[in-house]
Amino acid sequence: MNIVCEHLTYVYDKGSPFAVKALDDVSLTIAEGEFFGIIGHTGSGKSTFVQHLNGLIRLPSSKKKRYKPEKGEILPTLKVGEYDLTSRKTDFYSLRKKVGMVFQYPEYQLFAETVKDDVAFGLKNFSKGISKEETERAVGDALTACGLDPKEVAEMSPFDLSGGQKRRVAIAGVIVTRPEILVLDEPAAGLDPLGKREVMALLHRLHGSWCKTIVIVSHDMDEIAENCTRAAVFSEGKVVMCLPPRQLFKRTDELLSLGLDIPLVAKICLALQRRGIEIDCDFTADDFVAKVLALRRDRR
Amino acid sequence: MHAIETKDVSFSYEGGGFRIAHLDLTVEEGEFLAVLGHNGSGKSTLARLLNGILVPDSGTIRVFGTPLDDQHLYEVRKQVGVVFQNPDNQTVASIVEDDVAFGAENVGLPREEIAKRVEFALGAVGMLGLRNAVVSRLSGGQKQRVAIAGVLALKPRVMILDESTAMLDPRGRREIVEVVKKLNREEKITVILITHFMEEALLADRAVVMNRGEIALTDTPAGIFARHEELLTYNLALPRIGVIAKKLTEGGLRVRDTLDPEQLAEDIARSVRR
Amino acid sequence: MKDVAFGQYYPVNSFVHRCDPRLKLFFLVAFIAAIFVANNFWALGACAAVLIAVVALSRVPLGKVLRAIRGVLILVIFSAVISVFFYSGETVYWKYGILCVTREGIFFSVFLIIRLFLLVICSSMLTYTTTPVALTDGIESIFHVHVLALIMSIALRFIPILMDETERIKNAQKARGADFESGNIFKRIKAIVPILIPLILSAFRRADELGDAMDARCYMGGKKRTKYKKLTFSWRDLVAFLTAAALVTGVALLRVYVGGM
Repeated sequence: MNIVCEHLTYVYDKGSPFAVKALDDVSLTIAEGEFFGIIGHTGSGKSTFVQHLNGLIRLPSSKKKRYKPEKGEILPTLKVGEYDLTSRKTDFYSLRKKVGMVFQYPEYQLFAETVKDDVAFGLKNFSKGISKEETERAVGDALTACGLDPKEVAEMSPFDLSGGQKRRVAIAGVIVTRPEILVLDEPAAGLDPLGKREVMALLHRLHGSWCKTIVIVSHDMDEIAENCTRAAVFSEGKVVMCLPPRQLFKRTDELLSLGLDIPLVAKICLALQRRGIEIDCDFTADDFVAKVLALRRDRR
Repeated sequence: MHAIETKDVSFSYEGGGFRIAHLDLTVEEGEFLAVLGHNGSGKSTLARLLNGILVPDSGTIRVFGTPLDDQHLYEVRKQVGVVFQNPDNQTVASIVEDDVAFGAENVGLPREEIAKRVEFALGAVGMLGLRNAVVSRLSGGQKQRVAIAGVLALKPRVMILDESTAMLDPRGRREIVEVVKKLNREEKITVILITHFMEEALLADRAVVMNRGEIALTDTPAGIFARHEELLTYNLALPRIGVIAKKLTEGGLRVRDTLDPEQLAEDIARSVRR
Repeated sequence: MKDVAFGQYYPVNSFVHRCDPRLKLFFLVAFIAAIFVANNFWALGACAAVLIAVVALSRVPLGKVLRAIRGVLILVIFSAVISVFFYSGETVYWKYGILCVTREGIFFSVFLIIRLFLLVICSSMLTYTTTPVALTDGIESIFHVHVLALIMSIALRFIPILMDETERIKNAQKARGADFESGNIFKRIKAIVPILIPLILSAFRRADELGDAMDARCYMGGKKRTKYKKLTFSWRDLVAFLTAAALVTGVALLRVYVGGM
């Protein structure tokens, strides 16, 4: 399923004195199979954008029977696979099964008495009448995929787990329905460095095998550089750049002027550039090290 | 005189194991100390012990020589301010300056003095222009600055930041780090910074690593981050730059184990050119 | 969403906004007394004139003021209709069983409508021009209770946070296929559990952290506590006080010398 979005604009509290334009003519395409990154400050519109993807925020034209566009309004296109999100006829419920969404601090949405029940929640909602055996198997698979041992945790209360474990249970509760696209809003936020690393490793395991496409919202440029095929930079409701990390992080001046960080490797590359050495890498640590070592071999 | 001195302090939560075990820690006046440790290592418990929110099972805590006991509780609390993690859970008032005044009101200062302190505290965190703003409309970094100002209004000599940047975006984090650095340098406030972020820990004069409620390592921040094996035993991640340096070394390049990208670049340049 | 915190408060800077909340409370009480003492159109007209002046001074847009009426419109019309048909009087225009329309009845209804409108507008002027915090501060300073103002302040601070949180949790569960909109009442109540439990847990966690943060800032109850913002009377309050006093006296005099309608 590809995500195709053109001319998407969204205004919060439209018509009130506190109206805020969260999205301003956003056009963006995310292809099936990508590990896509979304970068931007708090309030840049990135959360609003991702909430459109599974219809949590719906376009006005999908809500009204006869939608009359305002004067000068460009009608947006928003398609997720076969689903046309601008249309009223779209089955938004089944869309949500295809597009899994993990919110910030997802462990705060756990509610059931046991880990098993919590993970099964989405499954029971989307696949009404699913058998007990099937549920059990799917829950077990999802927990295993998230690096947890079902035998150990399934019967535990989710509230007795550690912070990192809770987060993985919450992710299991979303992937249990095997969504084709998995969207995560800052999946590693608030975890300690080791917890962060585990979550990112988990997403890599899921990508391709479990969910075809992964979209992450992140502030951590190292995370984006290491993991993403492409990334979009949001600023004040607009997409200002959308490039693979290899090209994106060459535009350090623009990123810095937007008040954004650059990955560590990009910082080292900049410092090397000032010393007359150009390293053309994709800004992952491994590629950088390989290129530096190759350069030395060449020079000898 | 030490700013903070704990002797053989132990603490356990009801039903749980030891969170803090036989802790001896001394912090000098004006020092900037970073406290590292994985989740559950006892860092936050330590923050709550040092200003009497939690009471140790055994051992003594002294703040500028004053013992932290029932008799001196508020005296100590005035001296040791704590800023917590969640920017939303520390403000009692909806308007910035009303919240900043809260602590000063609690200790019964006269009104003119409160006004002076609110002015000072908001100035110190660069929020004077937003004194009448509504807290819920502020950014995360601004909210945490309000929380710092609220603590500053009590004129503390020690400030503890308990993962106060963990929930902020990079911009918010930079704001807080700037403010804390300034308070340490200009106001001579002793700072205890509990954090997961290496770049923040590097600002400190000294760093300690906590593990299972004990102090496992004490060193300069750079010294701590150079101890790769030990960091891993205490469930801490190696700094990214250290990983890169290590890989380069393994590939036969002679580079120092540094935390500064400039320095690493210099080493790489020298090594490549040779 | 976040503006729920301030109830109806309309943030502009005006004469009325700057009046002491205690005086505004007093003014409201006096005004209510005046509209019920008033028993002829002259007196009611005087009340209306004073209120129009207040509205004009407050710089709250007329649309907002009238919106306050909208909320009680049905109630007002309903009570007016009832009183038209059931009020007995001497000049009868129409009669059917126990229902009758009389001259006195019509007068009474018109009176009732005006009174209720004035009442609603005047009270909403209080909330439009006074933040809930200022209002509780006012009440606190009249009745000398500290805890009330603190509870109010914290509630106002956390209501928008918890509303945002509810929205977030609701969205997260919706993303997991939860359905809050269909099914019978039992189904819907059951559907709320996945929102309610995380919300309650979050409220407890927040309360816990807030408690620590308050402790850390030396909170020790109302003892010894001083106030940063003290309410002080100014010339504005004197004007408001004199207006209220003049209105009540005027209306009472009109009642005695002009008499009922």
